[in-house]
Amino acid sequence: MLVELYFSFFLVLFVFVIGLFGIFVTRKNIIVLLMSIELMLLSINLSFIFFSLYLDDIFGQLFSLFILTVAAAEASIGLAILIVYYRIRGVISINFINSLKG
Amino acid sequence: MYLLVIYLSFISMCITGLFGRFIGINGTFIISVGTMFVLLLISFFIFFEVSLSGSVCSFKLFNWFNNENLYLKWGFLFDSLTSSMLIVIISVSLLVHIFSMNYMYTDPHLNRFMCYLTLFTFFMLVLVTSDNFVQMFLGWEGVGLASYLLINFWYTRIQANKSAIKAILLNRVGDFGLVLGISLIFYFFKSLDYFVVFSISDYFVNNKIYFFSYSINIFTLITIFLFIGAVGKSAQLGLHVWLPDAMEGPTPVSALIHAATMVTAGVFLLIRCSPIIELSSTGLFIISLVGAITAFFAASTGLVQNDLKRVIAYSTCSQLGYMVFACGLSNYSVSFFHLSNHAFFKALLFLSAGAIIHALNDEQDIRKMGGLLKPLPFVYIMILIGSLSLMGFPFLTGFYSKDVILELAFSGYYTSSNFVYWLGLISAFFTAFYSIRLVFFVFYSKTNSYRRYMENLHECSFTMIIPLFLLSIGSIFIGYLSKDLIIGLGSDFWGNTLFYLPNKVNILVAEFIPFKVKILPVIFSLFGTFFALFLYLYLKKFLYNLILLSNNRLLYFIHKFLNKKWYFDIVYNFFITKKFLNFGYNISFKIIDRGFYEYIGPLGIVRSINFISKIFNKIQSGFIFHYVSIILFSIVFIFIFFIFDFVVLQSLLDFDIFLLIILFIFILKYNEYKIINKKKEYLKVLREYKNKFIHDRKNINLIFHLRSLKLRKETFRVVYKSDFFIPVNIPFLYDYTQNNAVESATNVDQCNVINSYGLKLAYNRRRHFLENMKKLKITYKNELFKSVEYFNKIRNEIKVKINKI
Repeated sequence: MLVELYFSFFLVLFVFVIGLFGIFVTRKNIIVLLMSIELMLLSINLSFIFFSLYLDDIFGQLFSLFILTVAAAEASIGLAILIVYYRIRGVISINFINSLKG
Repeated sequence: MYLLVIYLSFISMCITGLFGRFIGINGTFIISVGTMFVLLLISFFIFFEVSLSGSVCSFKLFNWFNNENLYLKWGFLFDSLTSSMLIVIISVSLLVHIFSMNYMYTDPHLNRFMCYLTLFTFFMLVLVTSDNFVQMFLGWEGVGLASYLLINFWYTRIQANKSAIKAILLNRVGDFGLVLGISLIFYFFKSLDYFVVFSISDYFVNNKIYFFSYSINIFTLITIFLFIGAVGKSAQLGLHVWLPDAMEGPTPVSALIHAATMVTAGVFLLIRCSPIIELSSTGLFIISLVGAITAFFAASTGLVQNDLKRVIAYSTCSQLGYMVFACGLSNYSVSFFHLSNHAFFKALLFLSAGAIIHALNDEQDIRKMGGLLKPLPFVYIMILIGSLSLMGFPFLTGFYSKDVILELAFSGYYTSSNFVYWLGLISAFFTAFYSIRLVFFVFYSKTNSYRRYMENLHECSFTMIIPLFLLSIGSIFIGYLSKDLIIGLGSDFWGNTLFYLPNKVNILVAEFIPFKVKILPVIFSLFGTFFALFLYLYLKKFLYNLILLSNNRLLYFIHKFLNKKWYFDIVYNFFITKKFLNFGYNISFKIIDRGFYEYIGPLGIVRSINFISKIFNKIQSGFIFHYVSIILFSIVFIFIFFIFDFVVLQSLLDFDIFLLIILFIFILKYNEYKIINKKKEYLKVLREYKNKFIHDRKNINLIFHLRSLKLRKETFRVVYKSDFFIPVNIPFLYDYTQNNAVESATNVDQCNVINSYGLKLAYNRRRHFLENMKKLKITYKNELFKSVEYFNKIRNEIKVKINKI
């Protein structure tokens, strides 16, 4: 059981880091960014599910369902923003999204 | 009743100072002089009750300050010393107030002047009446402050500013010694009250203080420090230079400073601290020696001074020397006797000098006076009385005290007292000499003054006559009247105020020394008188020839040495003041204040905030991936810190590293300082050559060629080893001959070389340029070469000079 937990933990971390680096490395496409955010959320879901199994607690799985709905809503909002942004600027490359500074 | 002495003078000072405009000039006179008169009556009462009836009075008022160790109250002590000082101070002060009514009548700031005079008196009264050292020190500092204000009264005169600053700075040196002495007293006796300290001082006789491997008796140390204070205030040798310069103030101020208030403070301190000073024979030895040398020095300097007031000032310095060495021979009562007598005749001398100066439209040089005997007979009589009293003419006031001092010095049991005796005797001779010299120059000799002044001469007015007359009575009779009271054998006037060790009392021995010795001071001063008269009446021309015309180096040197006041001022200015000014400017101001504190203070904070904010500004790029990377790295760093348990952070906050940073800043600043100096030298050399160059350029007449070639002035940069460069505008310093650019600029490469030197010719304009060059080459070839050679020469010279730096 402990070994499985380790395995699951590393799996979650691995997926999370992939998502993180996806944000970090992506220079071109904002859709990839959204996807990697989704990936990070999924990795968190995964960890919830693993821990709920480990602790024998239904709440973790319940919580992951909530997160899924939230993630779906967030993705839809993100895509909506993306469309509007494309209409205005005509480009969705991250390299040009740098007007957000103090 | 007793406290009125303090309060009344303070109230009078406040009224004349703050409300002087409302009460007007006459109101000021009435209030200040009236207060002083009331104070005089009160001080007579106090004198009667305390000294004559023998009831010493002391009382404590409210708390002053109170911390764990030091518990201090405002306290006043009226014993015979205080009460007799009160009479001296207040009577002289009253007469000076009356005198300045007339003397300063035309001055627009008269209220301020009277306020300062009263302030001076007030602080002196605080000094005299206090019953602990700290309150005494308050009065001491206040007297210094008031003297500064009064010397600087005519504050638009630079000389007055200078001498006022000199006075207060030299007094600061003395005050420093006094503060150390008071601190030592507190350290050993745990109290600052006179009563406590003086009554337990006997039990500490053999205590020593250990400093490295030396051991010093605590009384010796305390005495020396207290004496440094007295040296500063009473103008003894070493810190005396402020006293003659204090003559820049108005004359009544000089009278007040010299007679009653300021300079007597030091002697008063020595007399007051007799229970401490008496226990240290080394300290007494030093005091007597310094006093005697001061007496001799000042008297010898007074011989050849030409300023009327300065001669009298040096005589004050000399008489103070007498008082101090009388203290050093542990005859405090005699010292006080001389102090009180001296107050009268010195005030008389100064006030009558003031009358002379007033009559002659502020002329102070005695060489420009003369012949005042007939126009000013009253002042002549006053000056004569004062001078005779000063030189110890028999049965005048000065005679009683001065004679006794010299007799005591003769009959002292120690070797030092013999030395002191001879110095005192010679100074008595000198005193007579310069007094008569002064009288001769002012009154007897033919006048050197302006005719207009002499025609308008007038005897002084009634308000000026009264104080002079009263003081002349004082300087004739006071000594005779109070001799038996103050220094008479078996007089119980002093009570417990003064303290003598029984083995040092030699007043009985002094009574029975042979008559020849007793008469010796009088003979010396009479000899001085007749010598001066003889010299100036009959041998004036001979004296003039002797000193000025004959090439007698020795006499000339002696005269110059005395006239320059033994070179004290010059030596102080050259070896001390200048060095300290340099130190203060270069190190404490430039490096510490504007360097170090600036770097770790305001400038450092501003710079570091700018620096950090620039870094953060760069971080805020707006790119999402940058933000993410920052998050990532900071998470990693936080993990590292958790793992290493803040080791790195702790070492960063370590004190050693802080010190290292400070050192680094210091080194940085120092290098900058050095570099700036070096830069200045470079600039100097370059500027020199620039001027030379501009001068020579006109001769060579090269401007035309180079303008035709469309060359502009170029900024010539010299790069040195030390990594900085100085831009200097030296035109035409580039080298043509090196590449033969002018001679044969035929191909593109060589043109590029020329371009790189600043010609900035475009490639397609090359041909046009070459044609021009050919034309010019023929006409101006020789001159051009000359000038180029010249430039090269100068450049080499500059290089050689700069490499030397």
